[in-house]
Amino acid sequence: MIYRESGQFASSYAKDMRMFPLLQDRWAFGALLVFAFVVIPLIANDYWLSSILTLFLIYSLSAIGLNILTGFCGQLSLGHAAFMAVGAYASYNFAVRLHTPVLVNFLLAGFVAAAVGLLFGLPSLRIKGFYLAVATLAAQFTIEWVLVSFNWFAGGSMLGAIDTPPMNIMGWDVSSNLDKYLLTLSVVVVLAIVAKNLGRSEVGRSWRAIRDLDVAAEIMGIRLFPYKLLAFMVSSFYAGVAGALYAFCYLGSLEVTAFELAVSFRLLGMIIIGGLGTILGSFLGAGFIVLLPILISQAIVFLHISGASDFLANAELMIFGGLIILFLIVEPYGLARLWQTIKEKLRLWPFPY
Amino acid sequence: MEEFLFFMEVLVSGLLQGFMYSVVALGFVLIIKSSGVFNFAQGSMCLFAALGMVSFWEAGIPFWLAVLLALLMMVVLAVAIERVVLRPLVARPPLILFMATIGLSFFLEGLAQGIWGTQPHGLDIGIPDRPFKGFPIDVSQFELFAAGVAILLVVGLVIFFHRTRIGRALRAVSDDHTAALSVGISLRMIWGVTWALAGMVALVAGILWGTRLGVQYSLTLIVLKALAVLILGGFNSITGAVVGGLIIGGSEKVAEVYLSLYFGLGGIESFFGYLLAMLVLFVRPYGLFGDEIIERV
Repeated sequence: MIYRESGQFASSYAKDMRMFPLLQDRWAFGALLVFAFVVIPLIANDYWLSSILTLFLIYSLSAIGLNILTGFCGQLSLGHAAFMAVGAYASYNFAVRLHTPVLVNFLLAGFVAAAVGLLFGLPSLRIKGFYLAVATLAAQFTIEWVLVSFNWFAGGSMLGAIDTPPMNIMGWDVSSNLDKYLLTLSVVVVLAIVAKNLGRSEVGRSWRAIRDLDVAAEIMGIRLFPYKLLAFMVSSFYAGVAGALYAFCYLGSLEVTAFELAVSFRLLGMIIIGGLGTILGSFLGAGFIVLLPILISQAIVFLHISGASDFLANAELMIFGGLIILFLIVEPYGLARLWQTIKEKLRLWPFPY
Repeated sequence: MEEFLFFMEVLVSGLLQGFMYSVVALGFVLIIKSSGVFNFAQGSMCLFAALGMVSFWEAGIPFWLAVLLALLMMVVLAVAIERVVLRPLVARPPLILFMATIGLSFFLEGLAQGIWGTQPHGLDIGIPDRPFKGFPIDVSQFELFAAGVAILLVVGLVIFFHRTRIGRALRAVSDDHTAALSVGISLRMIWGVTWALAGMVALVAGILWGTRLGVQYSLTLIVLKALAVLILGGFNSITGAVVGGLIIGGSEKVAEVYLSLYFGLGGIESFFGYLLAMLVLFVRPYGLFGDEIIERV
């Protein structure tokens, strides 16, 4: 009843091709934007803004990037966090050395990451599947090592520790947690819409064809190499921007270890739990992985389970691992699929049929 | 001459270390060969096995009994994994299974450290990590012993795969699941056996690496070395695991020593193996000994 599409006709090509063809979806999207831009700044406290919501948005952006590569194009990557590192350090260097404006800076960081992504995407010409996945670990370790070993990247400080300079966008001083949240949110919303449309374009369809069966795609006239490389570049671009946001809006000062291998795996977990090949899934997965440890530790506090902090940390690990496995067993297509199911149900609810 | 001896010493120590990488990589190969699962939890299984064994030993159980107990524990664990994780995920895409093993590795790390604590344990199996006297070059006794164990393990596995009934069944399953099922081979039994074998290999790897590094959390990181070995040698080849281990062990040690000697660049061990493996993959996309995957539309 609530979610009924009957009676909504697309009377022009543009209407047929728009991003949310259903009125309900458009309303929901608008409401979500209002909620994120207006309601959350009013109700959220500093802790939520600074350590949960901003992080969630940044991870979502990075997960969208990985989803483009893995979910759309089918190339598994285990080194996604390294491209975030490239973005973070590139934006730092642009800001400190060239004093470029903040937004230009983020864009440039994305392009630098894309260039590096192109380089590490080259093996995808010949290598496939898990061989490629392990080869992408080369990106993770090589980039980490380069950033730590050559301290030029961090302006001369040891171990690649950087401190980001203050941000100012045309007179808007981005300094409070709320400002940073809003900046992050704006960037993420724009890039998410771009990604959504990219997925529906000719490029996106070619990626899907490659993902489903690359030999068949090639026979149909899709040139594999440019499209695979494009996927690597776009994916790294998103990671780069996310990394820049991570440095400037979330942490402020950081070391290379902020982008270690575990982060790459966490990102992979987000897109698999959220749903491969969907933008919505990237957000849901990021929310799940960011919130889960907090919920687990809160639950432990709430239930008054006392014990050594060691024990609690291990219990958290076990619950986290166990939930990932459980999730894969119960809902293989991810949280995005769950949302689909809810929509199907809402079409008829509250009537039986 | 002095130069040459130094080079030989570095090379030999690298090669011997390579054997230890091979032992870890073997665990992966076993599971991929029979079930096609890329088991990321292999490192956590090493930690689990080694922590268990050390704890049994420290509780006053004699060494060999402790090893046996740990073996038994790994078999039970393997059966449990097969039941709880793998069986519900049969016929899912490989990526999902891979992700499940990542979840499993978190779980096992938490479980192992939850039961036996997080503090590092020393492990001394009575073979000193000291060079023999009297050779022109220094070779550590322990590294020689580890290499010997690795060779024994490989020979044992090859005999097992080619000379026993279960081994033949394992090879049949790795060739074609459906065909194996149709001649009456029980997939469940085979997967249980494989994971148990992988658990035993993990125990050996855990003991060897635990002796070198101490039994602690960082044991889980040795998988990262093994992965490079794995793609260099080819995912489903026991020979590949050994040869790959030797190539990566030897070359990374030489590169590390000479690069830091002449250019002052240390720490390249973390990625050198991967770059090398990537270069090899450009020429041979399925590793040196891996089966070529023929795709049909």
